[in-house]
Amino acid sequence: MQFRGSYQGSSFSELLAVDFSHLRLDWSDLAGGFDASAVPHGTTVMGFKYADGVIIAGDRLATMGHRVASRDMEKVYPTDAYSLIAIAGAAGPAVEMARLMRIELEHYEKIEGEPLELEGKANKLSQMVRQNMPAAMQGLGVVPLFAGYDRRRSAGRLWGYDLTGGRYEETDYAANGSGGIYAAESLKKTHRLDATREESLRMAVQALVDASDEDRATGGPDVVRGIYPIIDFCTQNGIERASEKEIETVFRAIIAEQTSRRGTAS
Amino acid sequence: MSMPFYVSPEQVMTDKAEFARKGVARGKPSLVIECDVGIMMMAENPSTLSKIGEIYDRVAFAGVGKFSEFDQLRKIGVRYADIKGYAYSRDDVRGRALANAYSQAVGDAFTQQLKPLEVEVVVVEVGDSTLAGHENNAIYRIQYDGSISDHHGYCVIGGAAEELSDFLSSRVRDGIPLGEAIGLGKSALERAAEGEPSVDVKNLEVCVLERERQGRKFVRLNSDRVGELLSA
Repeated sequence: MQFRGSYQGSSFSELLAVDFSHLRLDWSDLAGGFDASAVPHGTTVMGFKYADGVIIAGDRLATMGHRVASRDMEKVYPTDAYSLIAIAGAAGPAVEMARLMRIELEHYEKIEGEPLELEGKANKLSQMVRQNMPAAMQGLGVVPLFAGYDRRRSAGRLWGYDLTGGRYEETDYAANGSGGIYAAESLKKTHRLDATREESLRMAVQALVDASDEDRATGGPDVVRGIYPIIDFCTQNGIERASEKEIETVFRAIIAEQTSRRGTAS
Repeated sequence: MSMPFYVSPEQVMTDKAEFARKGVARGKPSLVIECDVGIMMMAENPSTLSKIGEIYDRVAFAGVGKFSEFDQLRKIGVRYADIKGYAYSRDDVRGRALANAYSQAVGDAFTQQLKPLEVEVVVVEVGDSTLAGHENNAIYRIQYDGSISDHHGYCVIGGAAEELSDFLSSRVRDGIPLGEAIGLGKSALERAAEGEPSVDVKNLEVCVLERERQGRKFVRLNSDRVGELLSA
């Protein structure tokens, strides 16, 4: 392995491009005619602000066309101690983007001696989405959400992206992926900025249940296999993942309520 | 016609070595001590330009001598480690491979360039009790000419390194508590500080590779925390 390259800056993705281009896939060389349904796609992710910071959640299903590709895919990844990425879209490039993002932030922090500002991190992700454009043109698009706790401003912040790398800071909530529209509809009714942790968890599970109810590609909580959505809280104390037990309890309460509303409780 | 000067290769090497040794000795020493929680690294450093740095999850770096030169080595190490961890796995990034790569690079500079690097660096790796074959700590010292050596328990680089090593050799013991290791390091550095009987805690740069920490095990201690540990 090459020890001393020519790149002198502090960006990991630039280092890859300059000195280790063989480790990167250049999508622009690939001619069209690619069957995008032949690779797994991640479906629904969402995030919103609440009293202590920001919450990010994702279901666990990955689909290939009409087939289940994976029932326990992870779509929410901490990128450092105070920021998170959630990914929807083509699973391969999406998971790679989340991994690169984490390395990018850590690399910058080690080289420069201090971390990027939260806004700087969000902007960096914008460039990574933009670089994925050639793949997006072939149906392998990645649309992430990025969230974190801004310690300089003492506030949770949240960004949504589009396929071109467009970056939009959200004031309340955001959702992406095939079931994203239903999750957003659900949050529109329930979301409150002053919600507590418990209330937020309930809003998140409710939104994912609603999304999985309407969108066949979104996986709801799977009590048979014990697979639950991933829900992370990001506050001034860092990142905390909701336990499966906790999510199961909330899910069962939601089911019980829906059942009793229909008068079908046994 | 003038005759070109003949200088014997021996003389060239001796001159270069003397030049590099002087450069290294001008700066203050840095040291590492293995302790109960992992590995403690310490430098007397009143400036905000760090002499100690994180390389990867379990690997860290300390340098003495010319700042621009050892900081360049630190950055090369971070790039090397991040690329290796990206191409393979995070557990594949090991201190020994990095120390060998440093040894090559510093050694090449010593033989091929007119001016050798005026640096001395140490690479440390804290063990991981949960990974078979990776349980042990490792400490490697690389000198200005690329010579490399491994150490157990403690290591000192920079001016007065031999003297401070003698001081530590009779005092460092297995599993020494972190606070005690910091105290020991501080008294060692005080021995090197001529004419100054004491080193201010504010001027100490102290970092720890904590064995039990998840993921990135490198922690930089602020002077309040160092003071607390010293008085505990």
